[in-house]
Amino acid sequence: MVTPPIKISVQNLNAFFSTAPSLMNVDIDIEANQILSVIGPANSGKTTFLRCLNRLNDFTPTFKMTGRIALDNKDIYKEYDPVLLRRKVGIIFALPMPLPLTVFENVVYGLRRQYIKDKKILSEAAEKALKDAYLWEEVKDRLDEQAMKLSGGQQQRLCIARTLAVNPDVVLFDEPCSALDPISTAKIEEAMLKLKNHYTIVLVTNNTKQAARVGDKTAFFLMGRLVEMAETGRLFTAPQDKRTDDYISGRFG
Amino acid sequence: MISPRLTQKIAFSLLLLATLMVILPVAVVLFIIVKNGLPGISWEFLTQMPKSGMRAGGILPAIIGTFYLVLGAVVFALPLGVLAAIYLSEYSKDSWMSRLVRLAIINLAGVPSVVFGLFGLALFVGFFKFGASILAGSLTLGIMILPVIITSSREALDSVPKSFREVSLSLGSTKLQTIKYAVLPHALPGILTGTILGIGRAAGETAPILFTVAAFYLPRLPHSAFDQVMALPYHLYVLSTQVPNVDQKIRYGTALVLLTIVLLMNLIAIMIRSYFRGKKKW
Amino acid sequence: MNFRRIKEFFVESAIKISGIASIFIVALIFFFLLKEGVLLFKTEKITHFIFGKNWYPISDPPDFGILPLILGTLLVTLGAALIAVPFGVAAAIYISEVAPGKLKEVLKSGIELLAAIPSVVLGFIGMITIVPWMKIIFKIPTGLTAFSGSIVLAFMAMPTIVSIAEDALHSVPKAYKEGAYALGATKWQTIYRVVLPAASSGVVAAVMLGIGRVVGETMAVMMLTGNSPSMPRGMLYPVRTLTATIAAEMGEAVQGGDHYYALFAIGIILFLITFAINITADLVIHRKRQ
Repeated sequence: MVTPPIKISVQNLNAFFSTAPSLMNVDIDIEANQILSVIGPANSGKTTFLRCLNRLNDFTPTFKMTGRIALDNKDIYKEYDPVLLRRKVGIIFALPMPLPLTVFENVVYGLRRQYIKDKKILSEAAEKALKDAYLWEEVKDRLDEQAMKLSGGQQQRLCIARTLAVNPDVVLFDEPCSALDPISTAKIEEAMLKLKNHYTIVLVTNNTKQAARVGDKTAFFLMGRLVEMAETGRLFTAPQDKRTDDYISGRFG
Repeated sequence: MISPRLTQKIAFSLLLLATLMVILPVAVVLFIIVKNGLPGISWEFLTQMPKSGMRAGGILPAIIGTFYLVLGAVVFALPLGVLAAIYLSEYSKDSWMSRLVRLAIINLAGVPSVVFGLFGLALFVGFFKFGASILAGSLTLGIMILPVIITSSREALDSVPKSFREVSLSLGSTKLQTIKYAVLPHALPGILTGTILGIGRAAGETAPILFTVAAFYLPRLPHSAFDQVMALPYHLYVLSTQVPNVDQKIRYGTALVLLTIVLLMNLIAIMIRSYFRGKKKW
Repeated sequence: MNFRRIKEFFVESAIKISGIASIFIVALIFFFLLKEGVLLFKTEKITHFIFGKNWYPISDPPDFGILPLILGTLLVTLGAALIAVPFGVAAAIYISEVAPGKLKEVLKSGIELLAAIPSVVLGFIGMITIVPWMKIIFKIPTGLTAFSGSIVLAFMAMPTIVSIAEDALHSVPKAYKEGAYALGATKWQTIYRVVLPAASSGVVAAVMLGIGRVVGETMAVMMLTGNSPSMPRGMLYPVRTLTATIAAEMGEAVQGGDHYYALFAIGIILFLITFAINITADLVIHRKRQ
């Protein structure tokens, strides 16, 4: 079996808010075109980890970090412009957060910020992104409506489309289904499984079953440390660490 | 021993009475001025020059003067105030610098209006040699309303959800693009409200323009920004203290015009605020 | 792309400069007051300026003692505070704790309108109502008195007091009140024993800022207090405040003369007084929050 190339390599990552450590000595290699699920109880550092990958923590004044994160072998803190990095590494937040604009303007928001004005290019990009997010059929006649009028599940898929429209390499999902009903959740999981053909995906989730359903590999975080990472099937059937076992079998968390 | 229920009843009645004592004078002031001022208002009063030592004719130069002064003040204070609010809200959260700026704004808001007048006199009239002029008066008023605009703009910016900024940044926008496209549009109603309140304040103030622009009696319209002008609040002061035997109609009429402008601004601000509060989408 | 980077750099620089402009402006105000004001002290001793009992700026030789003006300001301020504080705090309590939703909005708008009325209009109204009443009620030769000024100034301080005290009362945690209700207290007992003490520092700050407003008020006092720059004899006599002195005399003062400098020196005193009041009030508010 050929191992896929490494897309993101995290080495000895430590992160702090003020002086409180939030992540300690995390080493992870994330493989291209795979889904990595990240699980762990609340405050285990998994969201902080995710937000390190596209430098969103930079905007929290108390945030500090050490270690190295490389995207395609280039240090994202030294060799990338943060704005360009975020175009390569998109993120979907826990709550659906459309901007108070129309559906169409939400999807092309990122493209407009790249000074793309051609109506035809924008329309084509929007249609492709909406199709990839499995939303096109539902909204193709509603592109000029306010995005806030869509249902919660549709809004979240709109957020996915909006991220895909920028044409990233990596898509980060931060508990994307925590506010959604099971049917909407299923649609998003279906989308993720298709998306991994073109994108590398990191999924942070509270829902261990979701991690098991979609993750190629799964990483378990506890109190800021990476406890264990393995093929999803193996992690859930034969965890090496007792704490992982306790967590996935529901003894805490 | 009175029962607690009765004590409460008495206490609440007294509180209500006190509140009415604070608010009723507003109604009384409005009533007196509208009742006595309306007979003085006519097309001629609003569009003619004052005549015979202000004892006859209209108040056009004072209206125009106030208009120019307010316009100048806003042109100066609005961009400066909004940019300052952006700095405080988006660039300097909780740094020692932002604390210092906040203290400066609090002080600026508390400086007595006549001290602004002195400052304007020393800096704009004297040091920059603008003379007593629309320019000097506008700048003085502009500095006076700066805290109003900064404070309300900052509140408006702060109330835009943090998530809008994160979404915009995460889609690969620069910080400035994020402010321009994801933050500022949603803060506009608040900024507008603050600006209109500032306009009302600038239109009504007398002390800052006393030594920087206001003309006692100048029955012509200004030709340039370096001209002196009459202004409504100063005109009312002059009419009521410096000119004996003025027909009361003229005094009340002037007061009514001034009060209408100022209160209208406040009313518009209140309406904008409640309209957008009801319409808020997040 | 590069051009856009440069543009962003300039805009961000403008933002940062505007951001700290307020500090610069406050410093500039103080500097220019000082620049003109200190020139008085070439010829005049500071102690004589502050404690001198005679303000004869245009006699020969002139006398620049501002004690009567300071006392005039104190007297008018004290009178205004005695009226404005009880009414203002009571109104704040009523609006924050007692008034039902709809009425509350109406009352708040009313307070905002009161705050908006220009001082010269209030002065004008005072001249045609309070001044003649004063003359009749107290049988005094002129109605232009410290007391007349105090009454109108009280109404100018009230909006400040009401809105800031109302904020303080409103931000008392709900749990405090619920705890008191759970012990069987009536609404009034809760307000009096729990809410008011909990909000006390905010109320104190509100009163201070209201007083700051009164000290700095110019036009209405000038129109109502009779402008007599002698040592004040009581509430029912004409007085002259610091602010009114500047406003009334700057027009006649010769630029570059001692009179001119003396008025700027008064400006320095006013600036320092309001500076101290505002900083202290801010400290009082923030000490509580931490």
